[in-house]
Amino acid sequence: MLTLTYPSKTWAHPLPAGGKLAALALATMGLFALHEPAHLALAALGTSGLIASGGGGFALASLRPLWMLWPFVAIVAAWHLWLRDPAGTAIILRMITAVGLANFVTMTTKLTDMIAVIEWLLRPVARVIPAPRIALAIALTIRFIPVMLQRAGDLALAWRARSPNRPRWRILPALTLSTLDDAARVAEALRARGGVD
Amino acid sequence: MEKSVTQIALFAALIAILGLIPKIDLISGVPITAQSLGVMLCGTVLGAKRGALAVVLFLVLVAAGLPLLSGGRGGLGVFAAPSVGYLIGFPIAAFVAGWVVQTWRAGVGIAAFAGAAIGGVLVLNIIGVIGMSVMLNKTLFEAALLAAPFLLGDSIKSVLAGLITQSIARMRPDALLSRG
Repeated sequence: MLTLTYPSKTWAHPLPAGGKLAALALATMGLFALHEPAHLALAALGTSGLIASGGGGFALASLRPLWMLWPFVAIVAAWHLWLRDPAGTAIILRMITAVGLANFVTMTTKLTDMIAVIEWLLRPVARVIPAPRIALAIALTIRFIPVMLQRAGDLALAWRARSPNRPRWRILPALTLSTLDDAARVAEALRARGGVD
Repeated sequence: MEKSVTQIALFAALIAILGLIPKIDLISGVPITAQSLGVMLCGTVLGAKRGALAVVLFLVLVAAGLPLLSGGRGGLGVFAAPSVGYLIGFPIAAFVAGWVVQTWRAGVGIAAFAGAAIGGVLVLNIIGVIGMSVMLNKTLFEAALLAAPFLLGDSIKSVLAGLITQSIARMRPDALLSRG
């Protein structure tokens, strides 16, 4: 499955994932401490520079995930234009900068490195849920997404072979049921191989 | 033990699938994604604790950089967006949905519908609206107006969650962990 990591290397790719995440957390807190539109514009400019430093293709690819913000930008812009309240600029700048920065970290960090940091962050939980169990669950989910996507497609085809109508929600009980059955079978297979810690 | 791990992992995958299926077109003409239906089902089928853990696992994978949210969104950016409240609310919604099914001894379908409506619509939207109000610097009322257009789709999903849970209860009575 495709991850959101940008495939070709930029200067930020080799940096340690933990460091990037810590810097992101600090930067995001900083963004929420700023209220002056001029300061936030500066932050937005700095973020644009950061993204541009990854090269043209990288910068173009980072614009795509920002697209999801357009309804919020449109609503905030319309609302504050109507009220003639300049605070809207600050809200929009902060929103786009925060999401842009977070995307930068996601795009320059490998999935495995990110999961390693998450497992490190989850150490306090390890007393309740042992780390190997979390790792196994993560691996199982990633492995089963393509399997179940295929299953959903098969169920839809089977429906269409029998009905002129689109399947709609009617395949969902079968899909959910097959998820439960798979879980039972995989659990049995795991137990046969020595079980989970 | 093995079984709870695999159930949590595979239901996390189910939430992802329901967001990835292109235009599942739940009811004709209403453009809704099935992702939050997946969250409801985690609660109503797996029960409060396992359901919430499945949703947390799903969110961990999204944060790690897999594009599993509907529309192919993912990564850390979605947690910095105004809709972050809905993501925080997802596991809580599953927990509440599961808790209702576990504690209210009505028929499975009715209890699952009620759980999905209380957890997956009411609680989820309350947390989502608080998130939007903080992130967009709006009053709760103004933020609630933004959420209002989605309530119809959400209510349809809670009905579907009830129907699906009921049909599972019929086909595999012992598989329904929320009533274990």
